[in-house]
Amino acid sequence: MLEYVKSYLTSSQTPGAAGNMFWVLVYILLIFTGLAIAVMLMTWLERKVLAHMQVRLGPMRVGPHGLLQPIADSLKLLLKEDIMPAEADSFIFWIAPFIVVLAAFTVFVVVPFGPTHAITDMNIGILFMLGVSSLSVLGIVMAGWASNSHYPLIGALRSSAQMVSYEVAMGLAVVSAILMTSLNAEGTGTLSMIGIVQAQQAQGEWFIFKFFPLGLIAFFIFAVAMVAETNRAPFDLAEAESELTAGFHTEYSGFRWSLFFLSEYTAMIAVSSIAVTLWLGGWLRPFPNLLNGAIWDKAFSFLPGIAFLFLAAMCFYNTVRMPKHPLFRVQTIGLAVFGVFLGLVGLVLFVPAVSIRVQDIFWFAAKVAGFMYLYIWYRGTFPRYRFDQLMQMGWKVLLPMGLGVLILTASVALLQQKLWHP
Amino acid sequence: MTDPHTLSHLDLETPEKPFLDANELVINMGPQHPATHGVLRVILRLDGEKVLGLECVIGYLHRGVEKIGEHRTYTMFNPYVDRMDYVAAVSNGLGYCETVEKLLNVEAPPRAQYVRVILTELNRIASHQLWLGTHALDIGAITPLFYTFRDREEILKIYEKYCGARLTTHAFRIGGLQYETYAGFEKDVKNFLDFFRPKIDEYEELLTTNRIWLERTKNVGKISGEDCIALGVTGPVLRASGVKWDLRKAQPYANYKNFDFDIPTGQNGDTYDRYLVRMVEMRQSVRIIEQAVSALPEGPIIAKVPKVMKPAVGEVYHSIEAPKGELGYFIVSDGSTQPYRVRVRPPSFVNLQALDLMCRGQLVADVIAVIGTLDIVLGEVDR
Amino acid sequence: MAPVATPFFFYLLSGIMLIGGILVITRKNPVHSALALIVTLLAQASIYLMLYAPFVAGVQIILYAGGIMVLFLFVIMLVSIDRVQKERQFNSQWVVGIIAATALGGLFMAVYTKGKDIFPEHALPMVENDNTQRIATMLYGQYMFAFEIASLLLLVAIIGAVVMAKKKI
Repeated sequence: MLEYVKSYLTSSQTPGAAGNMFWVLVYILLIFTGLAIAVMLMTWLERKVLAHMQVRLGPMRVGPHGLLQPIADSLKLLLKEDIMPAEADSFIFWIAPFIVVLAAFTVFVVVPFGPTHAITDMNIGILFMLGVSSLSVLGIVMAGWASNSHYPLIGALRSSAQMVSYEVAMGLAVVSAILMTSLNAEGTGTLSMIGIVQAQQAQGEWFIFKFFPLGLIAFFIFAVAMVAETNRAPFDLAEAESELTAGFHTEYSGFRWSLFFLSEYTAMIAVSSIAVTLWLGGWLRPFPNLLNGAIWDKAFSFLPGIAFLFLAAMCFYNTVRMPKHPLFRVQTIGLAVFGVFLGLVGLVLFVPAVSIRVQDIFWFAAKVAGFMYLYIWYRGTFPRYRFDQLMQMGWKVLLPMGLGVLILTASVALLQQKLWHP
Repeated sequence: MTDPHTLSHLDLETPEKPFLDANELVINMGPQHPATHGVLRVILRLDGEKVLGLECVIGYLHRGVEKIGEHRTYTMFNPYVDRMDYVAAVSNGLGYCETVEKLLNVEAPPRAQYVRVILTELNRIASHQLWLGTHALDIGAITPLFYTFRDREEILKIYEKYCGARLTTHAFRIGGLQYETYAGFEKDVKNFLDFFRPKIDEYEELLTTNRIWLERTKNVGKISGEDCIALGVTGPVLRASGVKWDLRKAQPYANYKNFDFDIPTGQNGDTYDRYLVRMVEMRQSVRIIEQAVSALPEGPIIAKVPKVMKPAVGEVYHSIEAPKGELGYFIVSDGSTQPYRVRVRPPSFVNLQALDLMCRGQLVADVIAVIGTLDIVLGEVDR
Repeated sequence: MAPVATPFFFYLLSGIMLIGGILVITRKNPVHSALALIVTLLAQASIYLMLYAPFVAGVQIILYAGGIMVLFLFVIMLVSIDRVQKERQFNSQWVVGIIAATALGGLFMAVYTKGKDIFPEHALPMVENDNTQRIATMLYGQYMFAFEIASLLLLVAIIGAVVMAKKKI
């Protein structure tokens, strides 16, 4: 048994490519659990970070510093009454949240957490991700329709029109990045997610810095389009409270609504993964060619452990600062235990054998976490776009910019091939 | 007089064949709505997304304040006026007290007038801060609300220390003030000014050059200066349309001619200009308070007014520049202890007339922004 | 990667496609028909995958299921369908329909029996990892002219749609 596990850990292929169904299932389970934990963490983080930006504290009661708030929220949503509108089309009403969740989670089949840490490595990886995430639009349209009410329908149609428009700009930005993968000796690029990161590794530079500023502009287009794609601020007119229509998930309550909520955060993580893979070097550590060499590799390999030890230190610091009142005893102990747990994880991450395998996952997750923070930051800062201004921006600003970046990238790449490798 | 229920001055084309949403649609907003700043009902006539006309239905907050005024003595009526514009209660009190003082032919002593100016200008800042927070919230920026309410909190703390109440302050009395300023009043006010001055810069940095804010507010809800004067619109709305009219300079009251401040005006009369005008007004208020606090004279705080007030028969109209516009009081006295008629000219009520003109041709999502930029308080509109 | 259980998946996916197709034409509710069409298109994408054409499968999902069907659903939902649903479903040309369908079916059978020899004995070994590259080379090399004409056609269609839908502002 142990040899089986060991023999797998030293393989050089993703389990899907190796045809190993057992490990595929293990990976699916791990990614699903990881995503569920990540989404719960995101809900807590969003409330806390938004609150701190707004000069207040956020949830503090449920668990120390509100850490158990996501559990309370999910319990509440599970126990809420399930209401279905009277004249609603019940089959479509029932199936719409599932389609959205399905589309959001299926995307993670190809997300590369490391060179072999993906469920499978399709050779059309990026195409698959874009295609499946566009299926969630169908779920939203069906949800708005099945509610059998004027305002959710209009809200759903607006949301889906917005998502479809920004998919075009996203696609163009993605194509610019894919172009850059073909700048190798054979002149062939790749659509596979792992191949894209390996191309960045081979070319020694993250695509966001390639052909400066073209990589940066393509990244910027994708970053704006991905916020519009996931219906988040400042493009969240369709679900804002102070507008006339209250959005496609008005009539949903309890568990069904939480499925929409879950899929929104999962879609955010999915498009951030695309951005990280295509432009920010996926699982590669920072400064792959500027600070290269074994010593820098070793130094950077300590960072995962240091990050967790830092989190543990923050937990201990806050434990000491907890109010010294008997009612807070359980919370203080809980926070201390949580800190100990994080510290143990950090210490385990210092072990070289673990560190080598897990390092890629850590860098990938850290970059995606940076994007999540950006999402929350945008929500706290920007006013909302009006719907026609939103559509105008998608079609009249981002689309021409995307086309321009694509043409320029292609021309510069061609020039580079001709001049340096005639 | 045309039937007020037909918007007959609108030019509505009926399309030849009905096609999707080309039909005229009548939509109702409110009275319960998160963005109408109170219980206001707006009936919109839409062509697709464009507003063809609208009608406001008010009266949901009518409490009969003016009728009550006929059955209270002048002193007893003083707390009632705070409840009209409950956001800027001190200004209401100032207007009423000054009107009755005009009726009685007394003048508040200089110290009282300086303290009145300080408290009223603080009130102006507080009112504009609430406006800024809620207006930004309507347009989608959810964070400034918390910051502006924190600033407002500091002002309300000063009010609480002075007169015991935060919101409906009843700070002034006919003839001056009742309470002497507490020990540390000047220090508190000066601390607040030092605390507040960088905050306006912060808010301007967040919003004034923000691309999304500009797109949402520029050329939205335009109204020209002539239309403002024709409708009787006053306050920052009038000034943003280019008319330099501020009662503190045009018909000075309460010693405002002793202070040195500017009147900001805008050019286009759109929502962005109104935003800029109110931000500058806050800075000017800070200036006025600085001058008042540093030159606070000593002396009595209330003039000699009879205990039982029986003004001579007559009528008087006096208006002040409240944060929202010209707040006027028309009091008719018949010689008894109770006024014969108290008529309030609330700025929000008159400004609300302009909503129809400002929203024509705009999109539905802009109606909320325009209601926010008019800065109405339903307590004042309905009384 | 070696193919796994090809007959099972082929029959499963073709069955889904056929059932989906039948549901499209038999449902009263147009939204249900559109959803059945989406199922059919997704099954078709999977069949493309079985034919070693992953790029075509991906594009099928993005364009057809994720784009065109969404627009279908927009139109169905914007146009009031309550009237349509309450109308009696009738089909007065069913005799002509059956004759035409039988004729077409006979034509298919004739073509298949006559031309059976040109189909190979068993599935050809096809390569799948450069499907994208091969399509690209053919599209931008051999069939460049057709590609440009097709894009011109799409441009004409877009402009026509905009002109037809434009309201007097």
